[in-house]
Amino acid sequence: MKRSPLARLWPNATAVVLFIGFAFPVYWMFTTALKPNSDIISEDPVWFPTGATLEHFQKAVNAENFWTLVGNSLTVTLSAVVLSLLIALLASFALARMRFKGRRGFLLTFMIAQMAPWEVLVIAIYMLVRDGDMLNSLLPLTLFYMVMVLPFTILTLRSYVAAIPKELEESAMVDGCTRPQAFIRVIFPLLAPGLMATSLFGFITAWNEFPLVLILNKDPEAQTLPLWLSRFQTAFGDDWGATMAAASLFAIPILLLFLFLQRKAVGGLTSGAVKG
Amino acid sequence: MAVATERQDPGPAAAGVRRGGAPPGPRRRGPGAHGRARLIGAAPYLLLLPALAVTAVLLGWPLIKNGLLSFQNLNMRQLIQHLTEWNGVDNYRETLTSEDFWRVTLRSVIFTAANVVLIMVLGTLVGLLLARLGSKMRLLLSVGLVLSWAMPPIAATTVFQWLFATRFGVVNWVLDALGWHSMAHYNWTGGQFSTFFVITLLIVWQSIPFVAINLYAATTTIPGELYEAAALDGAGTWKSFASVTFPFLKPFLLATTFLEVIWVFKAFTQVFAINEGGPERLTETLPVYAFVEGVGNQHYGMGAAISLLTIVVLLALTSYYLRIVLRQEEDEL
Repeated sequence: MKRSPLARLWPNATAVVLFIGFAFPVYWMFTTALKPNSDIISEDPVWFPTGATLEHFQKAVNAENFWTLVGNSLTVTLSAVVLSLLIALLASFALARMRFKGRRGFLLTFMIAQMAPWEVLVIAIYMLVRDGDMLNSLLPLTLFYMVMVLPFTILTLRSYVAAIPKELEESAMVDGCTRPQAFIRVIFPLLAPGLMATSLFGFITAWNEFPLVLILNKDPEAQTLPLWLSRFQTAFGDDWGATMAAASLFAIPILLLFLFLQRKAVGGLTSGAVKG
Repeated sequence: MAVATERQDPGPAAAGVRRGGAPPGPRRRGPGAHGRARLIGAAPYLLLLPALAVTAVLLGWPLIKNGLLSFQNLNMRQLIQHLTEWNGVDNYRETLTSEDFWRVTLRSVIFTAANVVLIMVLGTLVGLLLARLGSKMRLLLSVGLVLSWAMPPIAATTVFQWLFATRFGVVNWVLDALGWHSMAHYNWTGGQFSTFFVITLLIVWQSIPFVAINLYAATTTIPGELYEAAALDGAGTWKSFASVTFPFLKPFLLATTFLEVIWVFKAFTQVFAINEGGPERLTETLPVYAFVEGVGNQHYGMGAAISLLTIVVLLALTSYYLRIVLRQEEDEL
């Protein structure tokens, strides 16, 4: 097809403009975090900082309870993901490999559970947790995060299990494996990439969760990082350098995971979340 | 709570199957092996049990609890003294007759519609652009998209607060430099419309990548022959889009619109974190309204009633598509 130079130019020019638009806030977060204060509080923005300082990062890291909260976030997130993976493995195997009455019903249940409006259930959850005298504890957070990511984990793992040829399992069983053995020796190793991708998505969801921790864990030492970050700017009186350093520290693990996951993200999300 | 942790041990079920001996054909039932057959018949249910149990306890129970709370008069006093005061449908009557609730509902619906339309239109355009670009430019744009997609909502909200900061914020500086001098020290979170503008920009910025990247992935699955056939029939760019690309993408677009409606409507993090529903509670959407009424003003029963009504509104908004999906899934599963 013939295309004039202009027709070839505009998609590329648009792409560059869009790239700047999408990447700029992230760029601005990192550069602000690294700029000296004089470059942040300046009448004209310093677009390309020349000097870098770690002063803001130090301030964020030395903020009260920072390391406790990092520990809390990691504990809650990792436990939630591991628990939901264990439970989802069992369920996804049944849903992908077995025929039984009510299978559709169970699948629909998990699809609907995936859309559960957790944001508006926080009041009820607060009452339940309060009645159990577990406010400011990490256990309820862990359990609820586990259930939040569970339906997605089950449905995604199910499609990964279904993608593994049944013959592999059957031939292992012909060779004398029992079904659980066939699962552990044959399917499980092949499932590793799927487990990896699924658990990383669970990690991202749990790491970012905000409304529930906002209502359940008010104690400064029982919070997680999202709550800490949302209050940082107020607590530090418009210290944008430190606030952006805090935001960077919180975002870096997720940005790295995402870049690492990008290819799987497309396949995984379309096959797992959208399509079911 | 303990139930959930105890039940996740699949030990007995798995061990039981193993003890069955010879490789069990899943649907074969040998005569005289009734015990084993029953066990194998039960296997899928036992495997599903932990998942169903935790979902029932940790999702079902809060849903029921929310329903119960919505019929209670539960304020600070009752909360502290652990009193249960039933007050029938008072919470609902009060909510449904209050002007505030309907105003917030209308606001939520408009907010959702505006965001979803922007996300879908712009996301589709960016996705189609991705399909048109050369591989280097596509990679460049994809990196930008993944960055905004990946940003944790709370971190993104903080960054937008900084971008739109009254003093030293980049946005105000740019607007001033472009000649709109009254914006030099504009307070974006000081007004209803301007706060919603920032929230919308934030949500749209974060949501476009999901639509664009998945739409691009979907276009790569369109068979090239379809375009060739269209070209043979003399179709131009627009015609081949209308007769090949769009019909092919329609199910995807429908499904994504549905998901975006749910996500935007129940968006809490960004709306709350940017200005806690202010100024003057003018940017509260339904989930934030329920939170501020219930937790902030300590009318927990009222908050629960608003939460339940929020779910009803969400179901109403998505019912059309939900019906299609359920019917479709019924056929496919």
